[in-house]
Amino acid sequence: MNAPARNPALPAVAEVPAIRVAGLNHWFGEGEARKQALFDVDLTVRPGSLTVLMGPSGSGKTTVLTLMGCLREVQDGSVELLGHELNGAREADLVLYRRRLGFIFQAHNLHGSLTARQNVMMGLQVHGHRDEATQRKAAAHILGALGLGDRLDYLPGNLSGGQKQRVAVARALVGNPAVVFADEPTAALDKESGMTVVRMLKELGRQRGTTTMMVTHDNRILELADRIVTMEDGRTVKDTAP
Amino acid sequence: MTALLGALIGRLPIGWLQLIHSRTRLAAAMAGVAFANILVLVQLGIMGSLNNSILISYGLLNADIMISAENANTLTEGDNVARQRMFQALGVPGVQSAMPFYVATADWERADGTSTAFVTFGIDPEKGDYLDAGLAPFAPRLRLRDSAVVDRLARNMDASALETLGPDDPLRFEVRGVTLSAIDSFAAGGGFAGDGYMLVSDQTFHRIFPNRSTGAPDHILIKIAPDADPGVVLAALQAQFDGTGLRVRSFADAALEDQDYQTTERPTGLIFGFGVVIGVLVGIVIVYQILSTDVADHLAEYATFKAMGYGQSMFLGIVLEQAVILGILGFVPGIAVSWLLYEMLGAMTGLPVELTFATTAAVFVGTIIACLVSGAIATRRLAAADPADLF
Repeated sequence: MNAPARNPALPAVAEVPAIRVAGLNHWFGEGEARKQALFDVDLTVRPGSLTVLMGPSGSGKTTVLTLMGCLREVQDGSVELLGHELNGAREADLVLYRRRLGFIFQAHNLHGSLTARQNVMMGLQVHGHRDEATQRKAAAHILGALGLGDRLDYLPGNLSGGQKQRVAVARALVGNPAVVFADEPTAALDKESGMTVVRMLKELGRQRGTTTMMVTHDNRILELADRIVTMEDGRTVKDTAP
Repeated sequence: MTALLGALIGRLPIGWLQLIHSRTRLAAAMAGVAFANILVLVQLGIMGSLNNSILISYGLLNADIMISAENANTLTEGDNVARQRMFQALGVPGVQSAMPFYVATADWERADGTSTAFVTFGIDPEKGDYLDAGLAPFAPRLRLRDSAVVDRLARNMDASALETLGPDDPLRFEVRGVTLSAIDSFAAGGGFAGDGYMLVSDQTFHRIFPNRSTGAPDHILIKIAPDADPGVVLAALQAQFDGTGLRVRSFADAALEDQDYQTTERPTGLIFGFGVVIGVLVGIVIVYQILSTDVADHLAEYATFKAMGYGQSMFLGIVLEQAVILGILGFVPGIAVSWLLYEMLGAMTGLPVELTFATTAAVFVGTIIACLVSGAIATRRLAAADPADLF
């Protein structure tokens, strides 16, 4: 598999927290409508761990996820991702940081004009597009591991919901990301494939130090989590290890 | 195709895959580009035929310098030049000979209601060297009163009837009350000034147009001595006629200025130039519509790619890749249909419409540029792809 190009100047992932959030506040809206969504959130995540974010809708878990995932600009406080401060980071740097992340969305967000294999290859081509043969092989390999070996050249329109979601998982993981952000990744999956995905994430954590941040309400996953953080009204209210 | 494009672009050809995934949109876009191409090519074809037909009219003659009235922008327009100017010109060193040149349009109206407007050249039959080499042998034969050599490519003419013409078997026809004998024919073809050409002697010319005076030709054609410097002779003639309200130009310049005048200052030229602009605009708008709709339809996918760490340049690349592909795919049917229309237009009007390689290449390059412009405008919609909306 093609490992993402790592900046040699950076400290090894194991030496620093994968994510360190300190005094994070966030607001949505402008002027009168401006509403605070996060209040002084602190969170430090160990590399290789699987952390589950829980909480009712509107509690701010998705906002935390998008801020940590370089998808939203940090307004106040500090978010350090793999040793990089995101507050005040330039857009060009954020694009580079994102290449070391994997995203699994609630919707599969596959590209309808690309086959399963081509969608997965997009997760590799972001690191450069040399050696397409290797990329094709890597994509086929991970799709096979997710039980889609016979669906490589299918367009998403010809796949079931669960199959599409597994392709999306393959796309997020094929680039060997340092951190995976997942929002209800198992919602569209049956019990067995859901557990395959979570076990895969656990395995990547153990073997490669891949850190996973997951928003989920799925009780089966909670048992496998290293840590469960519960949020309410923009604050972290509970932090437990099962 | 996908593999080829992938190798060419250096990544998965997402733009191409998107285009072929929605065939209806691809077909609409191709039709739009083709339509714009046809609009532009037909206008250019007519404009080119205007230019060609002007060149053809000058090509029938053979001279070095032409003296015309100041307002004589074309061969057939403007005031006359006093014949005495010719004798003044002959006094200028380096001028070898001169010929008064008469031109007017004469309608041959036939009993069946059809008619052919001949642009009639009145020349001195002793001076065949003032005609194109292929026509020069006709000059002596025009000495016979009321004889003419006619254009067999003229509109509304039966070319086959003209091919067998000879001194013993002339075609007699009446023009402005004068019965002429067509003793031979040549190939020129109609233009915008008339349906075709006819050569007659200056004597015959004045019988057809009795109101024209022999002392007032339309232009004076001049040949310079073989050892004379054309630039020097031209300058000397210009000095000679300075202040007389006459234009003294080399014959080649006169043809170019005629083309320039007819294509840029005359309504005909302007209308066709305007048609080209409209065609380009229509093409840009259609391609913009297609591309920006395509961007809007793929915002979620693009946002996902942004989240995965793809930069703005990749999205610009996708849209521009689509723009170029649409340009190429639309150009092929566009040029094919235009070629057919050229053939039809040429057959119907007798105009010298010709699809040249230069025009084809220029329109192709223009198509790609116009598509890129549309693509560049369509990329503004990319800003709406926000990965934070995906969660």
